[in-house]
Amino acid sequence: MTSEMHVLAGPQASVRRRRRHWPVSAVVGLGIIGTIVLLAVLAPIIAPYDPNKLDFASPTLAPSWHHLMGTDQNGRDLFSRTLYGLRLDLAVVAVVTFVPLPIGVVIGSVAGYFGGKLDAVISRLVDIVISFPFMVLVISIIAMVGPGLKGILIGVPIVSWSLYTRLARADMLVIRELPYMEACVALGYSRSRTIFRHAIPNLVRNSLVFSTVDVMGNLLLLAGVSYLGLGAQPPTPELGSIIAEGQAYMLTAWWVVTLPALVLVVFGVGIGILGDSLSDGRLSGVVE
Amino acid sequence: MSLLTISGLGVEFGPRAAPLSAVRDVSLTVDPGEVIGLVGESGSGKSLTSRAIMRMVPSPGRISAGEIYFDGRDVMAMSSKELRSFRAHDVGMIFQDPFSSLNPVFKVGAQITETLRANLGLGRAEARSTAIDMLERVGIPRPEQHFSSYPHELSGGMRQRVMIALATASRPRFLLADEPTTALDVTTQKQILTLLATMRRDFDMAMLLVSHDFGVIAQMCDRVAVMYGGQIVESGPVEAIYRTPQHPYTRALLASVPELDAVDQRSRPTPLEGYPPEIGPVRDECVFVERCPSARPDCRSGRMSLEQVGTRHHSACPFEGRPAEGAQSPVAKERVV
Amino acid sequence: MIAYVVRRLALSVVVVWGLATVTFFMLHLLVPGDPVRRALGPRASEETISNLRHQLGFDRPVLEQYGSFLGGLLHGDLGTSLSLSAPVSQILGDRILPSALLIAYGLVVAFAIGLPLGILSAIRPNGTADHGVRIGTTFVFGMPVFWLGLILALVFGLKLGWFPVSGYRSGVGGTFKTLTLPALTLGLSLVVIVTRTLRSNLINVLKSEYIEAARSRGLSERRIIGKLAMRNAIMPTFTILGALIGYLIGGTVVIEQVYQIPGAGSLLVRSILQRDFQTVLAVTLISGAAVVTVSFLTDVLQAVLDPRVRLEGKS
Repeated sequence: MTSEMHVLAGPQASVRRRRRHWPVSAVVGLGIIGTIVLLAVLAPIIAPYDPNKLDFASPTLAPSWHHLMGTDQNGRDLFSRTLYGLRLDLAVVAVVTFVPLPIGVVIGSVAGYFGGKLDAVISRLVDIVISFPFMVLVISIIAMVGPGLKGILIGVPIVSWSLYTRLARADMLVIRELPYMEACVALGYSRSRTIFRHAIPNLVRNSLVFSTVDVMGNLLLLAGVSYLGLGAQPPTPELGSIIAEGQAYMLTAWWVVTLPALVLVVFGVGIGILGDSLSDGRLSGVVE
Repeated sequence: MSLLTISGLGVEFGPRAAPLSAVRDVSLTVDPGEVIGLVGESGSGKSLTSRAIMRMVPSPGRISAGEIYFDGRDVMAMSSKELRSFRAHDVGMIFQDPFSSLNPVFKVGAQITETLRANLGLGRAEARSTAIDMLERVGIPRPEQHFSSYPHELSGGMRQRVMIALATASRPRFLLADEPTTALDVTTQKQILTLLATMRRDFDMAMLLVSHDFGVIAQMCDRVAVMYGGQIVESGPVEAIYRTPQHPYTRALLASVPELDAVDQRSRPTPLEGYPPEIGPVRDECVFVERCPSARPDCRSGRMSLEQVGTRHHSACPFEGRPAEGAQSPVAKERVV
Repeated sequence: MIAYVVRRLALSVVVVWGLATVTFFMLHLLVPGDPVRRALGPRASEETISNLRHQLGFDRPVLEQYGSFLGGLLHGDLGTSLSLSAPVSQILGDRILPSALLIAYGLVVAFAIGLPLGILSAIRPNGTADHGVRIGTTFVFGMPVFWLGLILALVFGLKLGWFPVSGYRSGVGGTFKTLTLPALTLGLSLVVIVTRTLRSNLINVLKSEYIEAARSRGLSERRIIGKLAMRNAIMPTFTILGALIGYLIGGTVVIEQVYQIPGAGSLLVRSILQRDFQTVLAVTLISGAAVVTVSFLTDVLQAVLDPRVRLEGKS
């Protein structure tokens, strides 16, 4: 890059830092995500029907004002089932994403800070866990502990701490060399104070950015595992199992298979937009 | 007739409604075979000016004003096809960092033959032998062997020699050298400057040498233009600029050049206070007023334009007279050219 | 170069050994109670259970079992399937081809679509084409793989009747017919990653000084992007293959279920439902080993293509 470009970057960057405006794209992304989370939280209020109420008089009704997304083969209101399914999915995903995150960050920071044998052992362990295909390892853990949401709640965190560990370790290797970390040593701070109060706040940002994509990955994983019949068990409304149940009626009742997944697609669009503006660095200063 | 004529060149960034001006009203002529220096601090607009000649101002920057004529042809009006031919045949360009300006995944020879084959239409064997000739000419030892080297296997000086071979492969009449020695150590600098001078003479090229280093300019150039804050503040023959600098900025710049043989306190470099102006909207005052040691209220009354102060010597400071008699040029070195 | 490959190979062997260890202890630590008892179900008699335990060596000390498990692996012995009463390696051997073909075909689709889109977006970042590609790929990003599969099956299989929607047939024609929709599903779900990675790599390369230098020599944009920049940008794009392969394998598990393909993925799901732990662990281990192998190969390939990587290996 030419020297002029640095001059150019200077004032613009400082203006941005001063204003701390959220870019439009991040606001749009957050808006979409917020709306869908709100729909899930308010499901008991919004849902027009009991999601599990069977109505054999009205099976596979096409979408109408009565049933916004139609009914399934057992006459259950698909819109209500989708809302409740979304609620369950998001709750499970929140747990399996944000429980391993701090654990992974702490392990990675410690490994990166101390280095040596401890780091070597942790890094090899991470290499091993990451080498398993995520989906395969999670469902084989489910196989061991038994199908159902319990399997997801155990299986995903056992695997996904490693992703955050790897991120945090890499960041710590960089941060460790910075002057303010040296200053912490010079000031006689304890190691735990140095790591937790001074290093981790600086490296948790990357993990939070990654967690937006991780949320989507876990959501799709949960739906996929449930589709395979290894996650939420019927009749619990869950997006993957709703679609799996509707598969047999795909030709006669296309809406059972197609419509429930649209909330995932829209949620994915929200995550994608937010993730893009986060990784562009346009939010620097906002997240911190 | 001059080979290159730039008049009223402007380069802007930012929105068109409220542009941020990086280069303003720059005019320059280069005669065939002449060596012109463009000197200034980083951010003064000298690199942008040199890139503008090739119409290679990095996006999102844009050329907003001015005319560029090369050998009577209007560069600004060239179609993309004409522009490519202009870059391929008429002008060669050398960059600051010889590592990042050579593609790391291609062998040195392949990069030269690629250019020869694409631009001069040479055949495979012919391109190979020409490339080896070029490598030899720029002083690469064992050229057949180094033909198959990757850039990272060569030293900085060697890489810059390769870059010179690349830039001159199609025998351009004009060479743009943007800080060609800045990334190199002192001994290598001297060798590369000597090589550039030799190549310039052998191929009878004109050259625009961009540098922040007055010493380099002094060794190489016939004339020099001093840039500050996107404008040329003084221009003239190298001798005149050194002996009788007219603009306060030129004087400050000359005073800050360290002298190799300086032992006593008096000739220690005196750095200029303050910082060069940030790129911004055009202001109606002298561009140097914030840092000028002899600024006066009149300096804020309007923009300064170049006025003639001697033979081919122009300055943009109407208030500074000639320096006191007997003032010595801080730099006096033998010229290689 | 050779030193680099050897070092990289040694690391891979260590990781595979780790994979084997993890899967072995998963069976012994994670399964509550006795895996044999759980596999045979509650109605099995005590005698059957203890016979089978003995036969499988489950009554020996854990470390001894671990030793013979590792020893068996060296000979390609992956244990015995409880539900099918046959060596797991044999069962898996029959099923791995459709899965491997699906992954390869899916990769071809992903790159065939992703590379042109990546180049298109990088040529003019934030231009119309870039935004179009970004919007399109963002929509696909949120689609569950199985759902995408069902939609493609519905449209191209059931409505248009171009392809069958379930089963697998061998032979070139049969494979093409039965695997095209599954591979399209798998490939489309990967296009986002391929496009984004290539786009950002290519944008970085196009900003570099050696591309500016190439422009200053008057080389055509077609040559600069098509030959020079792609050579620099494509390698980091291919190295994500190591990371992608795990995702691909996970995707095939689901897609084989959607299209009823008798591959390793559907074997895995079937084995879980039948509590055939030996088979589950063997499939898990093999899939992990496949990931390690692919990332080893991409690293070596990169070393061959990029002269700078070889240097790192020496240090």
